[in-house]
Formats: sequence, C-alpha cells, structure tokens
Amino acid sequence: MSSETKRTAGRSSLPDAHPVIEFRHASYQLPDGRALLRDLNLAVERGETLVLLGRSGAGKSTALKLINRMLEPSDGAVLVEGRSTLEGDPIELRRRIGYVIQEVGLFPHFTVEQNISLLPRLEHWPDERIRARVAELLQLVGLSEAEFLHRYPHQLSGGQRQRVGVARALAADPPILLMDEPFGALDPLTRAEVQCEFQDLQRRLKKTIVIVTHHVAEALLLGDHIGVIDAGALVGLHTPKDFMSATEPVTAAYTANVRMFEKLEAPE
Amino acid sequence: MNLLEYFARHHREILQATLEHVWLVGIAMLLAVAVGVPLGVLVARQPWLARPILGGANIAETIPSLALFGFLLPVPWLGDRAERIAIAALALYALLPIIRNTAAGITGVDRAIRDAARGMGMTEWQILFQVELPLSFSTMLAGIRVATVLTVGIATIAAAVGAGGLGEFIFRGLAMVNNQLILAGAIPAALLALIADFLLGVCERRLQPARS
Ligand SMILES: Nc1ncnc2c1ncn2[C@@H]1O[C@H](COP(=O)(O)OP(=O)(O)OP(=O)(O)O)[C@@H](O)[C@H]1O
Ligand SMILES: [Mg+2]
Repeated sequence: MSSETKRTAGRSSLPDAHPVIEFRHASYQLPDGRALLRDLNLAVERGETLVLLGRSGAGKSTALKLINRMLEPSDGAVLVEGRSTLEGDPIELRRRIGYVIQEVGLFPHFTVEQNISLLPRLEHWPDERIRARVAELLQLVGLSEAEFLHRYPHQLSGGQRQRVGVARALAADPPILLMDEPFGALDPLTRAEVQCEFQDLQRRLKKTIVIVTHHVAEALLLGDHIGVIDAGALVGLHTPKDFMSATEPVTAAYTANVRMFEKLEAPE
Repeated sequence: MNLLEYFARHHREILQATLEHVWLVGIAMLLAVAVGVPLGVLVARQPWLARPILGGANIAETIPSLALFGFLLPVPWLGDRAERIAIAALALYALLPIIRNTAAGITGVDRAIRDAARGMGMTEWQILFQVELPLSFSTMLAGIRVATVLTVGIATIAAAVGAGGLGEFIFRGLAMVNNQLILAGAIPAALLALIADFLLGVCERRLQPARS
C-alpha cells in the first residue's frame, strides 16, 4: 500500500513520510468524565481506505468527528497531514475533508443542485465549473441529472438522499473523505452497485478515506485496513486478507457471523 | 344618522387616521424586527443570555400600555414627540414574540443539518445566514404576525399621548359618549388587524420550509 504513495497530487508540501490521518493515544471524554474513546492509535496512509467496524454505540462516529475537529481529543492528539487538528483554523481543515454524516443532513431548503454546489459556491468557483461538477457528481452517484437536479430533499427516497450526501461531500474534491455509514439506507442490490462504483471511484481518485460501517462485507470489500472498535477502544486492525483469521473475540464474532451466512449459501 | 352615512361623511378623516395608524405600526414593527431578530439569534446562540433578554422583553410585555406610554414621556428625545413615544412603546410590545420565535426557529433546526453544515466547513455566520435563518423564516414570521396584530390593537391607545391614529376616534367617542365615533376608530382598526393577519399568514405558509 504505502509503496505507491508517491502520488501526492501536489496538494501538500509535506513529505509523504507521515500518514495523512493519525490518532496518537487519542481519547475523548464527555464533560461528565465518561470516556467514549480510549487511547486510540491508528494511521491512515495517503490513498488508503480505513474501515471502522463496530457495534452500535462503540464510538465509531466519535472517532470520525475527531478527525475534522467536530470534536477535540481530551487526551492525546489527532494529526491530519502531519499537523494536530487543534493547530490552525478548523474551517480550513474541514474544507479539505469531505464528510458524510450518518444522518445525511441535507439542507431541506436547498434543491439537490444547491446542496451539492454549496461548498464550491462558498469557495467562489465559476458558475460553469460548478454546473459541470454537479453533473459529474450526480452521474457518479447514479442519479439522473434531468430527474433529480431540481428536487428538494423531501422529494427523495432515503437511499437517494444518502447518495446526494455523498455527492455533496465530494463536491469540492477534498483529498480526505470521512463517511459515516454512507450506504446504510440502501437496499442490498443498490448497495452492492454503489459499493462497486465506489470501489472504482477509490481506485481512480486515490483519496484517503475513512468509512464507518456495520457491514462486514462492506468492510472487506472497501477497506485496505479494517479497524474494529469496541466500547471505545480499537481492538483489532487487519487487512481484509487476515481479517477472517483474526483471533481476538470481537473480530472473531464478526467472522463467525460471516461464515454462518456462507454456510447458508453453500450448504454442502 | 346611521353608521354608514357617518363613515361616508368622514371618510377623509378616517382614511387619514388609518394611514397614521399603519405608519405607527409599520415603523414600530420595522424597529422591533431590527432589534428582535438579532436578540433572538443571541438567545439561541448564548443560552446564558436567554434569561436576561427574554426576562426583559417579558417585563415590557406586562406593563399596562397606557402606563408604558406614560413612562416614556420623560425620556429625553423620545418624549419630545408623541409619535416617538408611541413607536417606541409599540416596538417594545412587539419584541417578545419576535425574539421568542426567532430563537425557537433557530434552536428548532435539526441537529443533523447543523452538523452537516459545520462538518463541511461553513463558518458560524454562513451557517446562520444560509441555513439557520432561512429555515427559521416561517417560525419568525409567525412571531411577527402575532406581534403585528397585537400592535395594531395597542396603537389605538397611542392617541392618548396625542400620537394620532385610529385611537383618536375612540377616545373622542368615549369622551362624548358617541358610539359611532368609537366604531369609526374600532372597525378600521379591527379590519387592519385582520388584513395584517391574513397577509402575514400567507407569507408564513409560503416560507414554510419543505419537510418530509
Ligand atoms: N453528546 C453526547 N452525549 C452523551 N453521550 C454521547 C454523546 N455522543 C455520543 N454519545 C455516546 O457515545 C457512545 C459512542 O457514540 P458514537 O456515536 O460514536 O457511536 P457509533 O459507534 O457511531 O454508533 P452507531 O453505529 O450506532 O452510529 C454512545 O454510547 C453514545 O450514546
Ligand atoms: Mg455512528
């Protein structure tokens, strides 16, 4: 993986020696002292996709929010492109990080077009470029421009909304992408399609991506590494290849689950 | 002489008083919106300011209107002219519903929408002007509507300090025990309130954010 990190896309003057995203003993506590994340150590190299897998309430969304400084670590540090997220301007940091939130959060008073083009507009792109970008993104997420461009979020299905959310996060072509269950509301068939398209996209765009999911299959398909989070701690970090043979209990429970379905499919 | 004849004979004066009335209410409302909306934003953004601001507006609301006009008489500059007193008092009354509804509109914006806006790197001002306020318009307008109807009614009392408006007829009618005179003030005032209520209601529905 890291052998092909030559490609820096001219974005960062920093050498590629350090990871694009790095958690160093990062913890996050609520004001009342309850720890949501404990001593997290993780690194994501340029162009790599990390999948965070874990039960509901394990702390996956919290981990994502530490990366774009929606939350600040109460201990340790989170580094993006070699710099602590606490250094510098959070707005500037977030503009370089596409973020698909779990609840999608489309702007209800904006059309699909306006939702997707918001960030390019804030960055004062020329109109022509914005129009082209929106068309490109809609195609990318598999929504027909003619049909959806001028719809409002309440006129979309849950899955369509999620896809618009993904398009919006990609709009300003950020080098880093955080996706919190981006395909959660999709039916299995569309989900498989979108996953394949997304895989294709990953290969072409070489973005650094962190995806949160509950689905092992999705993790195996999209991840270069899979981090298993349980009760606020990272309990395993594997490549898809050695994920299936991992021995720690939480990961083993996931793989047992996958094997059960494999048995259903191939009863012989 | 029946009421219609009376209205026909005095339509000039009635129209004049109605225009004065509209002017008083209009200026007062502009002022109240200009002050109330930013205060509402403050209430929503800084919870520690909610009590003093809402408390203050609440107190203004509870002062009997005639007394409020009286209190403002000795205030420098304001007290110099009757209309100034009237407009200031009306604006004070209009403040509470506007502040409260603006704050309610903003705090009512779905957390996920705020999070998405923040997460994509919008500044607090951009979030306020492009997301929170547009999504609060209909709630804000509901407050403005309540305040306007309230103010149209209270403005009739402005005549007590000599600020003109439809209250002139009512006070004269009361003094002369003349019902026609009272109605010449009361009916146009009631109509004004109904019209304002209707028009602002239409705007409010127009601005209703599309929700699933
Ligand atoms: N602001 C908050 N106040 C109190 N508790 C919180 C807050 N935010 C998160 N939590 C708690 O922290 C834990 C981790 O939350 P988080 O959203 O990171 O979970 P998650 O792994 O993303 O779960 P899911 O898969 O259900 O989205 C949960 O138990 C949640 O209830
Ligand atoms: Mg979550």
